[in-house]
Amino acid sequence: MSLMSAMTDKAMEMGIPISVHVDVTYRCNERCEHCYLDHDDKGEMTTQEIKCLFDQLAAVGVFFLTLSGGEVFMRRDFLELVEHARNLQFNVKIKTNGVMIREREARRLRELGAEEIQISIYSHRPEVHDAITKVPGSLKRSLDAVQFLKSRGLKVVVSNVLMKVNRDDQQATHDMVRQLGVNYALDPTVTPMMDGNRNVLDLRVDASALREVFNDASLVGNVEEFCAPPVAVDGDVLEGYSCSAGLNSCYVSPYGDVFPCVQFPLPTGNIRRQKFADIWYQSPQMNEVRSIRVKDLPVCSTCTHAGSCTRCPGLAYMEGSMRGPSTADCEKSFHRTGIPSANMLRKAAAAASVGPLIQIQPMTV
Amino acid sequence: MTIASMADTYIARSKEIAARNLDGEMMIMSAVDSTFFTLNPVATLIWQAADGKTPLADIVAQRVCAEFEVEPAVARQDAEQFVAELSQHGILLVSDRPIDPESTSMEKP
Repeated sequence: MSLMSAMTDKAMEMGIPISVHVDVTYRCNERCEHCYLDHDDKGEMTTQEIKCLFDQLAAVGVFFLTLSGGEVFMRRDFLELVEHARNLQFNVKIKTNGVMIREREARRLRELGAEEIQISIYSHRPEVHDAITKVPGSLKRSLDAVQFLKSRGLKVVVSNVLMKVNRDDQQATHDMVRQLGVNYALDPTVTPMMDGNRNVLDLRVDASALREVFNDASLVGNVEEFCAPPVAVDGDVLEGYSCSAGLNSCYVSPYGDVFPCVQFPLPTGNIRRQKFADIWYQSPQMNEVRSIRVKDLPVCSTCTHAGSCTRCPGLAYMEGSMRGPSTADCEKSFHRTGIPSANMLRKAAAAASVGPLIQIQPMTV
Repeated sequence: MTIASMADTYIARSKEIAARNLDGEMMIMSAVDSTFFTLNPVATLIWQAADGKTPLADIVAQRVCAEFEVEPAVARQDAEQFVAELSQHGILLVSDRPIDPESTSMEKP
């Protein structure tokens, strides 16, 4: 176990939120097809409110601070917020589309000691990337930002979301990123809108694309290990948790709402009315989330994938129950190993037991 | 660094780091090369006392030896090793004269 893993485990045991994701705005200068956010400003936190939030996060022990949006540079005070965060000695990661990052911003981010800048790029071809963002010229601007940041010595990660519209470009995009000399991260999961709208899920890739990704050593490392059959489910697995949301990490929206995770829209409190520590330690919703162990999951606790599944309780919550399965993760486990999940078997059995909606029987006389 | 020179050694925390105290153990990551360290309670005490003004010898004698049951010679040797290792990564600044806290700060535009 790495030193870092040991410390995050220790934070989990102690109930310390070692990692917090803050969206500083939902406003954005792109309109990505797969985005799960409503970009209208419904009263985002002021500079002072966000600084006060950071002070509170430092006081309860947060170490890793991810700043995202919307597009973070839509806030004119963004660099001031980063400076405040760094003065509080957070390890700061920033997610951005990079469109507004020029030499000045890159230089300042380096001076402030930001740990990592993650830039969203969906294709090596402008006609595909710009069609997804709906902003002509956005690919060039984002690639320029990568160069500005890299030339300043910052750690850059290009982040891609695998969708039907860019599936065929994935390999060439990865090759382009390699040539830029920066890291690459691919997310094969399109998530529902924060308001529950699931239309965006039509963008998800099919099984063959998932299998292709899971068998690409340049993305997953050791394919044999990554696609290995699930480990045996024992007492340790059942007593464990499927995710760290609410245990050592959480999410704060631009309006001050606190959730267990950016993908888990269960409101637990608001920092405009409550102290962060009160929400973290006393919110009934947060305490319910962190009380759920694998053994408490009616379907997943019986699943052969229980010990190795990436089950997202937030996606499960958006499907209807935070204790239920997350179908997207069931599918990933299946396409990774070829072994169906308990949820898939249950659904197949239910479908087989139900006859067709319209039945015609020959009349016997 | 030698034991004799500790009286003339001043140490200050760099600001090119991320740091947090987790239950008495300091977590520190270099913002320059992402090296990650955790400090045990004794090292954490030295880290917190590294104000650039107090000689390392005084930190060891007045803080470490006063708060932990340790032989002064052992404490001095361990402190030297600790300072040498962290200074290699730019996490701790070392000088033979007091260090201005502003000189450890991040540059302004």
